Amino acid sequence: MTYLLEQAANGIGGTDGLLFWVFAILSCVGAVAVVATQNIVRMAFWLVVSLGSVAALFFLMHADFLGAAQLLIYVGGTVVLLVFGVMLTASGHTIKVQTSPAETLLGGGVGLLLLCVLIFAISTVNWADISQQIPAAGDSPAIVDAREDASLAESLSVATTPEAKATAEKALAAVEARRQAGRTIRQLGLSFYGLRPDHMNSSANAASAPGYLLPFEIISVHLLVVLIGAAYLARAKRRVTPGSGTDL
Amino acid sequence: MGEVGLEAYLFVGAVLFVCGVVCMATKRNGIGVLMGVELVLNGANINFVAFSRFTPLGLDGQATALFVVVLAAAEAAVALAIALNYYNNHLTIDVDRGNELQG
Repeated sequence: MTYLLEQAANGIGGTDGLLFWVFAILSCVGAVAVVATQNIVRMAFWLVVSLGSVAALFFLMHADFLGAAQLLIYVGGTVVLLVFGVMLTASGHTIKVQTSPAETLLGGGVGLLLLCVLIFAISTVNWADISQQIPAAGDSPAIVDAREDASLAESLSVATTPEAKATAEKALAAVEARRQAGRTIRQLGLSFYGLRPDHMNSSANAASAPGYLLPFEIISVHLLVVLIGAAYLARAKRRVTPGSGTDL
Repeated sequence: MGEVGLEAYLFVGAVLFVCGVVCMATKRNGIGVLMGVELVLNGANINFVAFSRFTPLGLDGQATALFVVVLAAAEAAVALAIALNYYNNHLTIDVDRGNELQG
């Protein structure tokens, strides 16, 4: 709580901060609205708002490929699948299946308590200390960016002659162009092949850093199994009246 | 302070997680329960990416978050197939009515 007050006191922290607060509030409002609405179609709409804002938060955290995947797979795929499910199962009275007020009250109370526990736990941990205790094995793109920014700003401020200033500005433009080409796609792709380019700053780390080749293969087979299983489960069947047993 | 730090992202993840849990617990529409699952997975994903961004752990968090996104899509496909089957057998999507397996 004190952290939030500090944030409010010190302003919102530039364009990044403003964008963060806009999308954080949008995603939280969307999530709360998903819980609060009883109409299933409106729930799907608020889910799109919430998941889209989460994708924007991923972009703000320098995870460009993950943000794009979130938009493509979640907002473009999973939610459309859910909306199709709503359409296939909606028949007038099932659009609104009301929860009783007592259950809503109980659920809201338990949820608020859980939220209080989580916020208390997050606020009591000193995350800066903990992240300094982690051995700096990998250089995430954000940390590389911060280091480059510092060195470029230093070279720009030290430069006195016009030639030196032009060289520093050219280096700055080159860095900007490289950043706009995307930072995480190549590293993520290589890590799925079992290589870790972000751990290459020392040979010991490069040898011991785990790649993701085996999980990648497992998830590929998993998707195939899911495809077959979903097609088998959802195949067209003769509809039976309720209570007459199975339809095999 | 001023800068947006790790805690702010963790708070957003916590709010999404709690909303998803409440949604799973209170909704009686089966598809609403699935939407709660999606919210929980997104809250977890925000935490993964935030730790990948603000700690020197490299890209492990982002790779894990990608796996979570793919698994969530697979889970939604299978759960929807089950929901359609349930609807075909019971002519409703209300999960409270699915008590035929009670002993």
